[in-house]
Amino acid sequence: MPNKSDLPQGTLDLLILKVAALGPVHGYAIAQRLQQVSRDVVQVPQGSLYPALHRLENRGLLAADWKETETGREAKFYRLTRKGRAQLEAEAASWARLTEAVGLILRLSEGGAQ
Amino acid sequence: MNWWARLLRRGRMEEQLDKELRFHLEQHTADLIAQGGDPAEARRQARLALGGPEQVKEGCRDARGTRWLEDLWQDLRYALRTLRQQPAFTCVALLTLALGSGATTVIFTVFDGVLLKPMPYPDPSRLVEVHGHATDWNAALYGEQRLSYPDFLDCQRESRSLDLAGYFFNGGTLSEPGDPEFVVEYQSSANLFSVFGVPLYRGRAFLPEEDKAGGAPVAILGYSLWQHRFAGNPRVLGTTVALNGARATIVGIAAQEFRINGEEADLYTPLGQSTYPILKLRRPHPVGTYARLRPGVTLAQAQTELALFGRHLAERYPDSNQGRSFIAYTVRPDVGDARSTLWLLLGAVTLVLLIACVNIASLLLARAVSRERELAMRVALGAGRGRLIRQCLTESAALGLAGGALGVLWAALGIRPFVAFWPGSLPRAEEVHLDWRVLLFAVAVSLACGLLFGVAPALRVPTKALETALRAGARTVPGGARRLHGGFVIAEIALAVVLLVSAGMLGRTLLRVSAFDPGLNVHNVLIARMGLSPASLIDPARARVAWQDILDRARRVPGVESVAMVDTVPMRQGVNELTYWHSADVPPENRRPIALATCVTPDYLKTVGLLLRSGRFFDDRDRKGSEPVIVIDDVMAQRAFGGRQAVGQRLWIPGMGANAAAFTVVGVVGHVRHWGLAGDDHATIRDQFYYPFAQLDDGLVRRWSELMSIVVRTGTPPLTLVPSLKRELRGAAGDQVLYEVRTLEQLTRATLDRQRFLSLLFGVFAGLALLLACVGTYGVLAYLTSRRVPEIGVRMALGATARDVVGLVLRQSIAMILAGVSLGAVGVIAAARVLYREVPGMQPAEPLTVALLLAVLMAAALFASFLPARRAGRVDPIRALREE
Repeated sequence: MPNKSDLPQGTLDLLILKVAALGPVHGYAIAQRLQQVSRDVVQVPQGSLYPALHRLENRGLLAADWKETETGREAKFYRLTRKGRAQLEAEAASWARLTEAVGLILRLSEGGAQ
Repeated sequence: MNWWARLLRRGRMEEQLDKELRFHLEQHTADLIAQGGDPAEARRQARLALGGPEQVKEGCRDARGTRWLEDLWQDLRYALRTLRQQPAFTCVALLTLALGSGATTVIFTVFDGVLLKPMPYPDPSRLVEVHGHATDWNAALYGEQRLSYPDFLDCQRESRSLDLAGYFFNGGTLSEPGDPEFVVEYQSSANLFSVFGVPLYRGRAFLPEEDKAGGAPVAILGYSLWQHRFAGNPRVLGTTVALNGARATIVGIAAQEFRINGEEADLYTPLGQSTYPILKLRRPHPVGTYARLRPGVTLAQAQTELALFGRHLAERYPDSNQGRSFIAYTVRPDVGDARSTLWLLLGAVTLVLLIACVNIASLLLARAVSRERELAMRVALGAGRGRLIRQCLTESAALGLAGGALGVLWAALGIRPFVAFWPGSLPRAEEVHLDWRVLLFAVAVSLACGLLFGVAPALRVPTKALETALRAGARTVPGGARRLHGGFVIAEIALAVVLLVSAGMLGRTLLRVSAFDPGLNVHNVLIARMGLSPASLIDPARARVAWQDILDRARRVPGVESVAMVDTVPMRQGVNELTYWHSADVPPENRRPIALATCVTPDYLKTVGLLLRSGRFFDDRDRKGSEPVIVIDDVMAQRAFGGRQAVGQRLWIPGMGANAAAFTVVGVVGHVRHWGLAGDDHATIRDQFYYPFAQLDDGLVRRWSELMSIVVRTGTPPLTLVPSLKRELRGAAGDQVLYEVRTLEQLTRATLDRQRFLSLLFGVFAGLALLLACVGTYGVLAYLTSRRVPEIGVRMALGATARDVVGLVLRQSIAMILAGVSLGAVGVIAAARVLYREVPGMQPAEPLTVALLLAVLMAAALFASFLPARRAGRVDPIRALREE
C-alpha cells in the first residue's frame, strides 16, 4: 500500500462540494469517489465525512433527498445548492491561488539552491 | 428547517442518521465481499474504516448547530424526572419558593404600577408640567407654585414651543337632576384633553369660543360621575345640569382612565367663563398648567422661552411679577410616601426570598453530596464537567421557574386584595396589574434564584481525585460541604434577625406613637365638609347669615353638644400656611417664619377640646370692625416671644388680607399634632394660630365658604347623628350638602395607617423568615447528623454517653446560631438607619425588644436543632458500626 498523506485542514469541505457538483450523490459514493480519484494518495477519514456532510447541509451549501439507488435501496443523496456552487467556485479559486503561490515559492527556493 | 422544527422532529432525524450510516456500512461490506472478501472480515473492515458509529453520530449531531437546545431539552426532562422521583423534596422546595416568589411578585406588581410605569398618557415624554417660580418662594416648604390666570393666558398666546392647557380646581354643588351632591369641578381650558392626548369617551371637548366670558354654558362629565349619577346613559349628552345654581349643557363625557395628577374630576367647565375674582388677578396662582412640546422642540428650548416670558411679564407688571418666572419639566406621577413604603416592602420581601433560596440551596447541596459518587462515575465514563454543571443548573433553574410560576399564580390571586388592603388609597392603583413587565420580572427572579441555589451544588461536580470520590462511602460529608452548610444556617439566621428586629422596632414605634396626645379630645367629634347653598355664595353678607343659620340648626339636633366652623382640620389634607413677624419692620417673605393659619368660630375651642393655656379664646365681641385678634399655640408663642408673656402682644401677618396687617394675641392654646401623631414632631411648619371667621376679609368669604367644614361634639356615638344632621342642614332650597363625613378619631387613626401597615407586613414577613430559618436549620442539622452516624457510633462504642452526643450536635448548632445572630446585628444597624429615615416617628431600637426577639429566635432555632440532636443521642452504636 502506498504511503498516504493526511488531508490538509479545511480541504475536505471543498472536495465534498466538488464531488457533489457532478450530480446527486450519497455519502458512501462520495467516499469511494474521493478515494478513487485521489488514487489512494489521500486518506479520506470516513469518520469525519458524515459530520462534514451534515455541517454543509446545515449551512445550506448542500441539500439532501432520500432516493433509491440503482440497486433499489433507499439512500440519502446530497446535491449542491446555488449557494453551495458559489461557495465552491470561491473556494476553488482561492485554493488555486494558494497552491500557485506555494508552488512559486518552492520553485524559487529550488532555483536559489542551484 | 428551523431550530424549533428540528427539536420537534428530533426522533425522525435520529432515525435517518442511523439509516444513513447503516447504508454506508452495508454498501461498503457488499463491495468488499464482491471483491472476494470473507463476509465476516468484510464487515469488520467496513466498521474499522468508518470508526465508532456513536462517535460519528455525535459529530453529526454537533454539526446540526442546535446541539445546546437538544441538550437543554434532555436536561430538562432529566430534571423533571429526578424531581418527580423525590416528591417530598420537590414539595418542600416548591412551597418554600412559591411563598418567597409569590410575596415578591405581589410587592413588585404594586411597585411597578406605582413607581415604574410611564404616565398613562400618549407620548408622556413630551408632556410637561409648567410651574411658577419666584425668588422669594420656598418650593421645598410650600411645594411648586401654579400660575395666575392672566400669566397663563399670556404664555398660552405667546408660546411657540408649547401648547399650554390649564385648569382651576373648584368644588361645587350639583343640584339637578337628582339630589344635591358635592362634586369636584375642574374649570379647564378648551384644549385640556387634546394637550393630554386623551380623547373624550363620548361627545366633544370645549370649543375655543366657549372658553371665553359670555360663551355658551357647557360641561363635560367625568366618567365616574356619569356612571354613578346617570347610570352610564349616553342620552345625557345635550341635557342640562345645575352646578352651583347655574345651568350648563352636557357636551361630552371624559374617558374612563383620564386623571390629572391621579385625581379624576366629576365635572369640567370652561375656564374662560369662570367668574372667580382671583382669576382676574396676577398675584394669586390658582391655575394648574400642563403643556405638550410642539413637534421638533426640545424641553430646553421650551424652558428658555418660558424664562423669557417671565422676564417680560416682570417688566410689564412689576407689582405682581417682580422676581417671578416659569419652569417646565417632564410630567411625573406624584405618589407621596407610597414610594418609600414600597421600597421598604420590596427590601423586606427580598430578604424573605433570599432565606427561601438559602433553604433550597442547602437542600440541593445535601442531595448533591449524596450524588457525588454518581457524578464521579459519570465523569469517569467520559461526561464533560461543563456538561454536568450545566445539567445541575438546568435542574435548579427548572425548580426556580416552577416556583416562580406558582408565585405568579399567587400574585394573580392576591394582587387585588392587597391593593384594597393598602391604607388610605394607593396612588395610581388603577394601573396596578399583572402584565408582561411583572412576568418578565418573575422569570428573571426565578432564574436568578435557580442560579443562586444551584451554583453551590453544581460546583460539587468533581474534577480530579475521582478515585477518592468513587472510593469514599456515601456516608461522609467533605469538609467543604460542611462549612457551606454551616454558612447557609448562618446566613438564614442573620437574614431572619434583620427582619425580626425591624418588625419589632416598627411594632414598638406604633405602640409608642399611638399613645401620643394629639392635643385635642378626639372622642365623639364629627367633622364634615359643607357645601353652602349656591344662592348664598353670591355676596359675603348672605354667606355669613347662611353660616350662622347652619350653626343654629345643627345645635338644635338632639345629641349635639356644641358645633363650630373651621377651614383646615388637624390630620386632614389641606392647610393654609402664612408667614408672620413680631414687629412692624417686616422682612421679605422668605425670611419670615411660617405658621398654619386656621379660621374658626368661637365654639371651636370647646368642640374639639383645645387646651387654653392663657388669655381667652374668641367670643362674640370679635366682630368685623373690632380689633383684629388671633390666638396662637404654645409652639408659636415660644418662637415669637420666647419666654415673655404672649397675650397682649401684636403680630404682623401680611397674607391675612386687606383688613389689617397687625393682630393682637388674645390667648395661647396647646399645640395640636396637625401633621399626624407620628409626623408632627418632624414637620417643618409647627407654629399654629387661629383667627375668627367673623373678622375674615369680605373678599375671601366666598372662597372660604367653599372650604369650610363643620365640627360637631356629640353626646352619643357621632356617626349615628349623620342622617339627622344632613336632613336639618339641607337649607331652604334643599341644596346644601354634607360630604366627606369623618370622626376626629378616624382622622387620628388614619395618620398611623402607614406605620400600622408596615408593622403588620413586616410582622408577617418576619414570621415567615423565622419559620423558614427554623426549617432550614432543622434540615441542615438533620442532614449533617445523619451523615455523622458512623462517627457517633464509634464515639459511643468508645464510651461517649447519649448526653455527650446531644451536646456535640447542639454545640455545633449553637456556634452557627451565634455567628448568624452577630452577622444579623450588623444588618440590623443598617436596616434601622433606613427605617429611621423613611418612617415618621420611628423610635430607636430598644434593648429590651431586641433582646426579647433574639431570645425567641434562638429558642426556635435551638428547638429546631434539638430534634436531630436527640436522634443522634439514640444512635445504636452496634448498628451504626455494622452499617459501615
